[in-house]
Amino acid sequence: MVVAYAIILLVVGTIIFHFWSPWYFTEIAADWGAIDTTVDITFLITGLVFIAVNFFMAYCIYKYRYSPDKRADYEPESHKLETWLTIFTTVGVAALLIPGLFVWGDFVEPPEDASEVEVVGQQWYWTFRHPGEDAVFGNVDIRHIDVNNPFGMDPEDPAGRDDVLVDSNVLHIPVDQPVKFLLRSKDVLHDFAIPQFRVKMDLVPGMITYMWADPIREGTYEILCEELCGVAHFAMRGRVVVEDQESYETWLDGYPTFQEVLDRPEPNLIAGQGAYAVCSACHGADGQGLQALNAPDINGLDAWYVERQVRYFKEGVRGAHEDDVYGRTMAPMMAMLANDQAIRDVAAYVASLPAVYSESTVTGDTARGAEIYTTCSACHGDDGQGIWSQGAPSLVDTSDWYLVTQLHNYQNRVRGYHEADMFGEQMQLMSDILRDEEDFNDVVAYINTLKEAN
Amino acid sequence: MAYVSIADRDHEQEHHDPQSFITKYIWSQDHKVIAIQYGGTAIFTGLVAMVLSSIFRLQLGFPDVFHFVDPTEYYQLVTMHGMIMIVYMLTALLLGGFGNYLIPLQLGARDMVFPFLNMLSYWFFLLSVIILMSSFFIDGGPTGAGWTLYPPQSISEGTPGVNGGITLMLLSLAVFIIAFTMGGLNYVTTILQARCKGMTLMRMPLSIWGIFVATILGLLAFPALLVAAIMTLLDQLVGTSFFMPEMLSMGEANDYNGGSPILFQHLFWFFGHPEVYIVALPAFGIVSDVLAVHARKNIFGYRMMVWAIVAIGGLSFVVWAHHMYVSGMNPYFGFFFATTTLIIAVPTALKVYNWVLTLWKGNIKLTVPMLFAIGFIFTFTHGGLTGLFLGNVTVDLPLSDTYFVIGHFHLVMGVSPILVIFAALYHWYPKLSGKMFNERLGQIHFWCTLIGTYVVYLPMHYIGILGVPRRYFAYGSDFIPESAYTLNEIITIAAIFTAVSQLLFFINIFWSLKYGKPSGGNPWNATSLEWQTPDTPAKHGNWGHDLPVVYRWPYDYSVPGETADFVPQTVAPRDGVVAGRNHGVSTD
Repeated sequence: MVVAYAIILLVVGTIIFHFWSPWYFTEIAADWGAIDTTVDITFLITGLVFIAVNFFMAYCIYKYRYSPDKRADYEPESHKLETWLTIFTTVGVAALLIPGLFVWGDFVEPPEDASEVEVVGQQWYWTFRHPGEDAVFGNVDIRHIDVNNPFGMDPEDPAGRDDVLVDSNVLHIPVDQPVKFLLRSKDVLHDFAIPQFRVKMDLVPGMITYMWADPIREGTYEILCEELCGVAHFAMRGRVVVEDQESYETWLDGYPTFQEVLDRPEPNLIAGQGAYAVCSACHGADGQGLQALNAPDINGLDAWYVERQVRYFKEGVRGAHEDDVYGRTMAPMMAMLANDQAIRDVAAYVASLPAVYSESTVTGDTARGAEIYTTCSACHGDDGQGIWSQGAPSLVDTSDWYLVTQLHNYQNRVRGYHEADMFGEQMQLMSDILRDEEDFNDVVAYINTLKEAN
Repeated sequence: MAYVSIADRDHEQEHHDPQSFITKYIWSQDHKVIAIQYGGTAIFTGLVAMVLSSIFRLQLGFPDVFHFVDPTEYYQLVTMHGMIMIVYMLTALLLGGFGNYLIPLQLGARDMVFPFLNMLSYWFFLLSVIILMSSFFIDGGPTGAGWTLYPPQSISEGTPGVNGGITLMLLSLAVFIIAFTMGGLNYVTTILQARCKGMTLMRMPLSIWGIFVATILGLLAFPALLVAAIMTLLDQLVGTSFFMPEMLSMGEANDYNGGSPILFQHLFWFFGHPEVYIVALPAFGIVSDVLAVHARKNIFGYRMMVWAIVAIGGLSFVVWAHHMYVSGMNPYFGFFFATTTLIIAVPTALKVYNWVLTLWKGNIKLTVPMLFAIGFIFTFTHGGLTGLFLGNVTVDLPLSDTYFVIGHFHLVMGVSPILVIFAALYHWYPKLSGKMFNERLGQIHFWCTLIGTYVVYLPMHYIGILGVPRRYFAYGSDFIPESAYTLNEIITIAAIFTAVSQLLFFINIFWSLKYGKPSGGNPWNATSLEWQTPDTPAKHGNWGHDLPVVYRWPYDYSVPGETADFVPQTVAPRDGVVAGRNHGVSTD
């Protein structure tokens, strides 16, 4: 008997939960209201069936409860009833299916006037490419990918010369302009999803997939990877900014074409050495750093990493949080570097300094540290030397006390505070796996052992 | 007819009863012992998988409180939880456990037709479990590739367990499939060849129909997984490029060329979708029988139920790509697979109607098995209807890869089959042990399980609609409101509560084994053959000297004109009393 009431209560509870719980679709930001409508139709039809079946069942349980004096009816089958139920169900299913197929027809065929942008996924971040003025994407190939050509652009293909390379996990798109996203993966499967756009599609290595949307609401929306892509899958985030045409064009102008990248002069070590004179006051002439001045060891770090950090300091991306005291002191120093070329010069000079490991100052349980480091190694490598394609710097080439500080800064959301910090959010999410002071010390103590192993 | 001759031959055979403990309980060829071995091992793996899920639920619900899960371990836990539950628990328990126990008993056979092969099947299954579990103890741990094991990431750097774990997983699956094939051929052959006299196909209980069609599905679907596993192993160990494209790995181009990751997905889901029905069809069949027995009424629309099982089985081979709407396959496939998928809803819905119509005008005894069966109808209706969201290609777009999917498939192929499994375990426990379980404890177990799982999975649908992706170790997104984290905590508490409450079941069955009241041979007054055995528990050979002879279908409950409210299948029709309005069924 109780079970009949319980079924009724569960159904009523489900309906209440559906209508009164605060968890439902985010406010839509693309012209895919038709998708929401198909969901509404489905909720309506399935909801009615859910209520009808369960209420009828509860009624039967109540009405036909056992009594030794009663006998059940004996009716093995009823053709009439079964036929009606079949017809009724078929009609209901058709009502669900047909609107969905029409909307899917829209989804698979992007409009003629859609602009195109390429979304590039890799473990574990997003970058983007625009086709440039010719509206044609240049050829790319895995074989062309290296630290100076992360997009794998084919230098022989003239169509690629004007492609704009957005080496950032933030994509801007103009409002009210349908956009076709061409999806390319450099490594494993990924999935490009923006909840407010309602649509998503996998990225598959070896082929180009696509999806499209017509953004209708200005704002910043999160890009999520929704196809398991390895241990940092959950940290593969990005942002799409929907804005007016003018702001969009300004944004796009900030990124170089492939031709401009090719035209960059080689870094000048002499100029870099000159600029480094300022740095050496704290980091030392040989880049050994000085803990008393909170200046970490920087010799042995790769040029691409130094370049990125210097740019972040200069642009206020790093040191954006007021609690990042030492990060903020870097900004005025970096202001002395006049332009991108100066940044590249000094980064190249730092990278050219002989790598000398700094002394270990942090101690801890290295066995526990090794366990924690398993996750870190996916980006920073088993040897702690860093992996450029993951955007992950060497950990052994800097001071261990500095690692502890930075891990704390990430966890406290002090570093990675600025949304243009491409790997900031990723490291914030990752640093959360360190629960207490011991964890910080243990993992850094383990990284210290990697120095000895090298 | 073939089944008669085998039955006759069997009748004249001398039965060499196993003598020693070892041949009786360890190297046993008795289907009932093998069923318990299969079932016990499957339940053990299920408990392991349940503990794994409790651990990662603690991480998801209380990320700031618990210290024992990092992303590497999280992905290993969810992967092993999923694979164990689907393959090593549900498939093995429903087919290896219930299939073994019920086929000979419900069909009036002395045993499976290939008893030695049957024994071998179990030992291969056990081997596959040992291989799988051993991956917990190797360097690097088990694979964290997700239960779908999609290459390239399953065999690429950056995924937990890429060195040993994935190899052991694929190897274990291959061994499992060998075990399944041995068992499956045996089930099909036994059903077709060893039925007792009078047991026509259309007089088989629906449990057997479900197991029969599910086994055929398995025999056709598992080979797709086997080749996928072998090809992945070749890619990983030998360097072939079946599934591996040229791509970047740890900053350098790898040595593969031209493999198709989507090909793996097609093979995987060509197995994976029928797998849903490999689990569901035996559950459909078993629940039909439980409902009929305890409602004291024939199953409504028996022939429709049989054809629905066959139709669902057939259709299940042409819907697989509905798991791949956003996989990057040619999007035009979406039209075809959405249509086939929604067509499969028709026979499935008819089954639900027929279960409810079986209750209609019944004389319903709310026993513990019946409660679980009713719970199943509720959760399966919910899970089946949410399947209409995900099967419909457009509706799937916002929901695919979110928690909506988790909520859906856990209700439809996790909770629902498990409720049936509990219904079945309580239903057949008296036959298995000769004892009655504790009714009150069984009721509490039911309420904890039904309410607990619904509190876990209902909210997940809405978190998914909100847009929260599955397989995320941590969230921290702008669009996820603070309240969703509170909800996550509630889900975790409900999950742990449900997990712990399963102890009631084990306490009940072990306590009742010793202290339960003797059940007698047919405590439910059921009609099907397993309740008519001369001994309870049934002895080796099942039927004593003479095999049973069947005269009617297994659903003669409350037949007008009969004094008892059930007429066993072995009762010959008396003159003038035709089995009700049972045209064309009992007279086949």
